[in-house]
Amino acid sequence: MTTPHSYVSPIPVRKAHLGDALASEWTKIRSLRSTMWTLGVMVLLMLGVGLAVAAIVSSSNAPTENESALGLGFFGVLLGSICVITLGVLTIASEYGTGMIRTTLTACPSRARVLTAKAIVFFLLVFTITTVTATLVGLAQVAMVDNAAEPTSGQWLRATVGVGLFMAELGLLALAVGAVVRHSAGAITIMIGVLLLPLVAAMFMFSESLAKVQEWLLDYAIPSQLIALYAGRSAMGQSGPSGWDPVWILLVITAAAGAGAYALLNSRDV
Amino acid sequence: MGLWRMIEAVGLTKRYGAKTAVYNLSFHVRPGTVTGFLGPNGSGKSTTMRMILGLDRPTSGHVTIGGHPFRQLPNAPRQVGALLDAKAVHGGRSARSHLLSLAQLAGIPAQRVDEVLGVVGLQDVAKRRSKGFSLGMGQRLGIAAALLGDPQVLLFDEPVNGLDPEGILWVRNLMKKLAAEGRTVFVSSHLMSEMALTADHLIVIGRGQLLADMSVTDFISANSADFARVRTPQTEPQQREKLTAALIEAGGRVMSEPDGALRVTGVPLPRISDLAHDADVRLWELSPHQASLEEAYMRMTQGAVDYRSTEDQLAHLQQPQPQHGGYGTPPQQPVVPEVPQQGWYAPPPPGQNPYAAQAQSEPAQKPEDPR
Repeated sequence: MTTPHSYVSPIPVRKAHLGDALASEWTKIRSLRSTMWTLGVMVLLMLGVGLAVAAIVSSSNAPTENESALGLGFFGVLLGSICVITLGVLTIASEYGTGMIRTTLTACPSRARVLTAKAIVFFLLVFTITTVTATLVGLAQVAMVDNAAEPTSGQWLRATVGVGLFMAELGLLALAVGAVVRHSAGAITIMIGVLLLPLVAAMFMFSESLAKVQEWLLDYAIPSQLIALYAGRSAMGQSGPSGWDPVWILLVITAAAGAGAYALLNSRDV
Repeated sequence: MGLWRMIEAVGLTKRYGAKTAVYNLSFHVRPGTVTGFLGPNGSGKSTTMRMILGLDRPTSGHVTIGGHPFRQLPNAPRQVGALLDAKAVHGGRSARSHLLSLAQLAGIPAQRVDEVLGVVGLQDVAKRRSKGFSLGMGQRLGIAAALLGDPQVLLFDEPVNGLDPEGILWVRNLMKKLAAEGRTVFVSSHLMSEMALTADHLIVIGRGQLLADMSVTDFISANSADFARVRTPQTEPQQREKLTAALIEAGGRVMSEPDGALRVTGVPLPRISDLAHDADVRLWELSPHQASLEEAYMRMTQGAVDYRSTEDQLAHLQQPQPQHGGYGTPPQQPVVPEVPQQGWYAPPPPGQNPYAAQAQSEPAQKPEDPR
């Protein structure tokens, strides 16, 4: 900068960039206990519930010839997703709650850079941990349940990388909602509603006129999409998403929410 | 943009719905001096600071730092350090992690974090979570964050809040040292006495509008109002009334202080003595007084105070008292007005502060919406 001034710092000045913001966000996310708690509980839920379900199924000798044992991971992942949602919301909403956001945006006036860095660090962290845990759970389940079908390589990929992507996207959606709502408890409540309400609502749609809505909700509710991701075919009916579809559907929703978060963060007073 | 205008605000206005927090504020802050930013609570100091830092968008007008809007600075913490709110940290993070995350954001080496922790004296608690910090420790952490980038411009919003006397002295000396190094130091406060000791230049606002922009020495000479305290023998109230009449006749302004002394303005001390002598009144006290800077400042902003306290009457808690006085003295006729305990200060020098005069006549009036 060529502004004339009489004090010049001896520390060399350079332009700040996204790499700096990534390092900063990594320091932030790993220096908080809430990260350890939420991710620790998520890993415990995925492992504990996944192994428990596998143990029950293998002892019950239920006919599961058509299904692979990987699908049993669904229950742990569904519970673990609540932890991911919580961490996603806290990543940004806790800065608003504590006032830290003003310090952050004073140190880095580019809102887009801060949000991008948060999203990348959070996504990579959740994706890595979920994928590794899902792989461990999958290996254990396939080994424990011997009367099930051998999983194909496509099923393996969806049950590990696919689940990791799906969870990380869900967390990013929570982060975007947190940035829009700016209130931890409010944003977490909204996200748990998004997760569970469609299924619960669909259960009470007995009326004939609501049958279409009910079917749609049952197909596209987040738990149904997770089942579809594991099974490779639609969870409830024939019309719903299957295979990798849930990952792409959630990607589009998350991108839209993220765009809204960017726009609001840029225009709103802090 | 010029060398002597590091921070420059032009017509800065901020409205929150119907409430105008800052209205048409224009000023500039020079490097090499400590500039005090004074105003009562709620006068718009913090809002102005937030607009300088790009946290709030002005409704109209603009503010630049070194000629650039804050949000367009290539590496903001290296040019501007700010302490806005000592509580604006995540309490679950240790002091060192907090500062490290801020340093990394601006590409500042990690050794600098330990350096500033030493400067503010927090090196021993660097690993502790800031949740457990006292207000004073929080202020020190905030000052450390502001110093992290070794910036040319420093903004401090109420930096001495919660500090002990030793800490206040430290902040005062730190700000003077930073300014002596050629930096621009802009400090807000609601304490005139503190600013008189720290600042070289003053920008005073009230209800979001500029009241004064002058050096501290100018402020003192423009606002110091003298008065004389005159005390007559308490045993002879008629002497007090006689003197009051003589003083008013001589063109003086007389007010009664709670302890029975008279506060006289407009008549020089020797003349008061002469008048007393002519009226055959003995004096127990005749002393010159100067309104403190604090008083001058309060007088300037008295029309612009948003939150004014009133006497707690405890009306609903007390039994009705018998009306006859219980102190043996008959109720005195109020001959001269009492010096009010609040809201009255020496009259402003002529030509000064038209805003306060206007606000006095219509105390409930808020800044008008110009639209």
